[in-house]
Amino acid sequence: MAVQQTKTAGISQKFLANVTQEKGVWKVNAENMPYKELNALLRELDSLGAEQVALSNVYGQRYLGTDLKTKLKIDIYGTPGNDLASFMDGPSIEVHGNAQDCTGNTMNSGQVVIHGRAGDITGYAMRGGKVFIRDDVGYRVGIHMKEYMDNKPIMVVGGTAEDFLGEYMAGGILAVLGLTLKKGEQHRARYVGTGMHAGIIYVRGEIGNLGKEVKKVDVDEKDLVVIKGLVKEYCGYFGKDFDSVMKGKFFKIVPYSHRPYGRVYAY
Amino acid sequence: MNTDDRLIVNPFNHDKDFAGCSIFGMMSLEGKRFGSKDPVRAISNMHERSNGLGGGFAVYGIYPDFKDYYALHIMYLSKDAKQRTDKILASCFNIIYDEELQTKPANVVDPPVIWRYFVEPRKNRPKDQSPDDCVLDAVMRINTETGKAFVFSSGKDMGVFKGVGFPEDIADYFCLEDYTGYLWSCHGRFPTNTPGWWGGAHPFNILDWTVVHNGELSSYGINRRYLEMYGYKCTLQTDTEVLAYAVDLLMRKQRLPIEIVSQVLASPFWAEIDQMEPKKRLVLKALRQTYGSLLMNGPFSIIVAHHGEMIGLTDRIKLRPMMAATKGSMLYLSSEEASIRLVSPALDKVWSARGGEPIIGRIGGKQAVENQAKLEVEQ
Amino acid sequence: MKSYLPPEYIVERDEDKCIRCKVCVNQCTYETHSYDAEDDVIRSKDENCVNCQRCVTFCPTHAITIRENPTAYRENANMTSDVIKDIKKQAETGGIILTGMGCDRPLLTYWDRLLVNASQVTNPSIDPLREPMEIRTYLGMKPDALEMEYTNGDIELKTQLTPQLTLEVPIMFSAMSYGAISLNVHESLARAATKAGTYFNTGEGGLDPSLYKYGEHTIVQVASGRFGVHSKYLHAGAAVEIKIGQGAKPGIGGHLPGEKVTAEISRTRMIPLGTDALSPAPQHDIYSIEDLRQLIYALKEATNYEKPISVKIAAVHNAAAIASGIVRAGADIVAIDGVRGSTGAAPKIIRDNVGIPIELALASVDQRLRDEGIRNRASIVAAGGFRSSGDVLKAIALGADAVYIATAALVAIGCTVCQKCYTGKCPWGIATPDPWIGKRVNPDIASERLTNLLRGWSHEIKEMMGGMGVNSIESLRGNRLHLRGVGLTDTELRILGVKMAGD
Repeated sequence: MAVQQTKTAGISQKFLANVTQEKGVWKVNAENMPYKELNALLRELDSLGAEQVALSNVYGQRYLGTDLKTKLKIDIYGTPGNDLASFMDGPSIEVHGNAQDCTGNTMNSGQVVIHGRAGDITGYAMRGGKVFIRDDVGYRVGIHMKEYMDNKPIMVVGGTAEDFLGEYMAGGILAVLGLTLKKGEQHRARYVGTGMHAGIIYVRGEIGNLGKEVKKVDVDEKDLVVIKGLVKEYCGYFGKDFDSVMKGKFFKIVPYSHRPYGRVYAY
Repeated sequence: MNTDDRLIVNPFNHDKDFAGCSIFGMMSLEGKRFGSKDPVRAISNMHERSNGLGGGFAVYGIYPDFKDYYALHIMYLSKDAKQRTDKILASCFNIIYDEELQTKPANVVDPPVIWRYFVEPRKNRPKDQSPDDCVLDAVMRINTETGKAFVFSSGKDMGVFKGVGFPEDIADYFCLEDYTGYLWSCHGRFPTNTPGWWGGAHPFNILDWTVVHNGELSSYGINRRYLEMYGYKCTLQTDTEVLAYAVDLLMRKQRLPIEIVSQVLASPFWAEIDQMEPKKRLVLKALRQTYGSLLMNGPFSIIVAHHGEMIGLTDRIKLRPMMAATKGSMLYLSSEEASIRLVSPALDKVWSARGGEPIIGRIGGKQAVENQAKLEVEQ
Repeated sequence: MKSYLPPEYIVERDEDKCIRCKVCVNQCTYETHSYDAEDDVIRSKDENCVNCQRCVTFCPTHAITIRENPTAYRENANMTSDVIKDIKKQAETGGIILTGMGCDRPLLTYWDRLLVNASQVTNPSIDPLREPMEIRTYLGMKPDALEMEYTNGDIELKTQLTPQLTLEVPIMFSAMSYGAISLNVHESLARAATKAGTYFNTGEGGLDPSLYKYGEHTIVQVASGRFGVHSKYLHAGAAVEIKIGQGAKPGIGGHLPGEKVTAEISRTRMIPLGTDALSPAPQHDIYSIEDLRQLIYALKEATNYEKPISVKIAAVHNAAAIASGIVRAGADIVAIDGVRGSTGAAPKIIRDNVGIPIELALASVDQRLRDEGIRNRASIVAAGGFRSSGDVLKAIALGADAVYIATAALVAIGCTVCQKCYTGKCPWGIATPDPWIGKRVNPDIASERLTNLLRGWSHEIKEMMGGMGVNSIESLRGNRLHLRGVGLTDTELRILGVKMAGD
């Protein structure tokens, strides 16, 4: 009893009912916890030096992982709400289920692994860190991802994506593996890479409707090294077979120019 | 409605309010009626998406003992309005039964009086006017001539319950725990321009059509003018109203199926139409040429319902969310997956709607049936 | 009779810059400049100068400036210089004063008092450079409802749609007759219309056979003089337009001064060389609305019901009622030309005093057709002094399906709106039948300039639409909620169907 008391010391009174500690893992029952309280609790745990947190009964609480700056590992059981890991800078989140919209919004560093699908606007303005999604994603994924020197965001989607993938991309790597597609089925995303002016999109499988600012080219040796690294990591998280994934045909989508709209204006 | 009346309910004289919000739909594809617990839990879970100034429910199959009569839910803001309305009703209908809706104290703002009437159209209406058109006509008259009366719903064996408050409070106020229905559609609202206006809450209804809507129609101005040409009067100062009337015009009056109607409301782009095979191209081109003014522009996620069908649809570039799921013979539609999981953690199938493509849940036959009927889920 | 009129303009030449290249002498068609070989100097006759800016533009050293003659009459807000000059001119000639282009009086231009919406927060704006933005428009009669046939899970269209014009951009080139303008300009308009996926209107002077190949992008006009109207002509175009009137001179007929009736014009219009080509005021077979119906169907029969029939009227007081009649008479398109419409030649008094602004006419016609439940039976095209994509967008928001431009098109080619079109001496080669001067318009270049104009305006329209959160023009057309007025009276706001900004 004494041991337990010491370990839960520092947590606010109101949260005590939801929190238990087991072998170094803080277990939180998020049932009926509004997101504000849940996030406040996460900050408290973070400041107490927690290394691992497991949230259960999560039903739509938003902004989880936001504003946390340490290397905390959070496991989420349930369905996290919108803006998961937005502005996040450091922690590592694993979702055991599907995520909703705006995951990884302006994420700075850290990691998100999702054992399921993610929604629209995933990775918007990502500036660093990694997001791995096992299945499909929605519309407008990877908009305006950006990079600078060492800060390079990476997003790997195991399935397929919908329209406006990589719109306005300015850096980083976005990979779509198409593992949920049926045999002979093509990626159906349209307007891929519209406005893209930097960064790379790797696609496994056939993809058609590209924005007029980008072109599809074959991958070279250097690309394959990068791709293999990403696929290895993906397979590690989700238990897929590396060889069968690498058997697929990979393409690279890159912008024609870093200034695609130079000719649009009359001066 | 004269300007003064409008100003009372719409203090800033705004053309229309928009719908930033949450929507949820739940339907038994076998037509089996169920209670309010799950729909209310699901919609309240999306608390963040509304601001407490609007909530509402449409429920189908709630009046099995009166199912052959049109059930009118009418809101009154003054005694005069009720008198004038009763006159209109008496002239058009045989009133079988009427009473004030049962309510209990709850956290809602300034509730008006809401009555329900079970009616059937009188035989002395014009020869070529169908019973449905008679009811439509009466509804337009009540909404425009009485000053402060507005019809919330006018379908058979269904009803709309809505007002100013969080959805769970609205459910509380109207004692929804006493009702069972086979299809529930729910809405939580985030209005800014018409804060105290009960008529502006969703669902919007005409006959047994209801619409709950998340988004804003940038095409509202022309959608409305087109519908006015066909006799619909937009009085509820919310853009969703045109969705309800558009669906009535196209599906009930002009008998176009939902697959075609969704191509009118969320038309494919010309670039896609130009690539289609000739027959399909001709149809889609003609649809846009004829019904272009009903194209719903701007972000939207809607759930349209009428007896036997629940339809989810988003705008063609999917600016608003819509998740769908099935578990056994239950179909769920929601702005957020988390709400579906809350009421049904284990799901058979979960997917996201695609822009402009309807998700349709159907049961066989026009009215709810208690026994096994044809099961169909289509995307 | 000695003229009492002082020169309107003074030609100033910087002698240090002038290199005696004589470009100005060659370019001026009004014989303003002449070279004095003895003194090696170029002299200018101020009284001939019309301020067309041709010599100014082409002088390689920018040595020439044209100034308005300041030593005209004493400033007088009522008896202005213009008024005094016109009176004296009439005293000297006893004739009707002619002019060209559009009304230049300071009438209220309503486009400048209408402001456009943009979406923020509650509705996202859409990015036209990266996302689809549709401005394609179809002109023609649309049915009330569509009937479908359902067989074996297949859907087939049962309703037959009447013929439609397909516009990739909602702007067409308005009627300018061959004779009023040169053949090279006609060709430039035809080629630009073809390239941009829109149409040009032949005007009332017929269509030269060399342009038949652009027929799919041509609207052939049938005016009261029926110049150049024959079976081949009718079949050559994609649509036929009956001209009842035009904004620059409502109620009177067209006028091509004898100076401009050359051998070519004489042949195309089938009239004697050098006579004035006068189109009668009314179409003499249309004295009442049922006559119009008769002519519309005559043309439909003559073209085997394959082409939409348009009727063009000037914007006058009861434009709404007239438009309603025209629609009920069977027209597929109604074109309305406002008081700012241009012309090659018109009596100045009529150009400046007759007709009403297109903004008001358009708004009332659109509303009246909706009130009567017949708005879908014809498309509305608005015309009359559209100066920018902003004007076009506002016209569409008021209810127009598309817009006709003419002045802007000519300005794109080189016109500087000097208003001397009726002389036939246009030094830009535009408003002249003289094939030698006409060579100054190179259709390769002029059509590129026109296509550039349409492209620039289309992009601007898409940007504004995107800003409003609208990605299809159908959702903007007639959507007056996206407009607000400033500096307008309640009545003007009511007629325009638009609220006050801030409301």
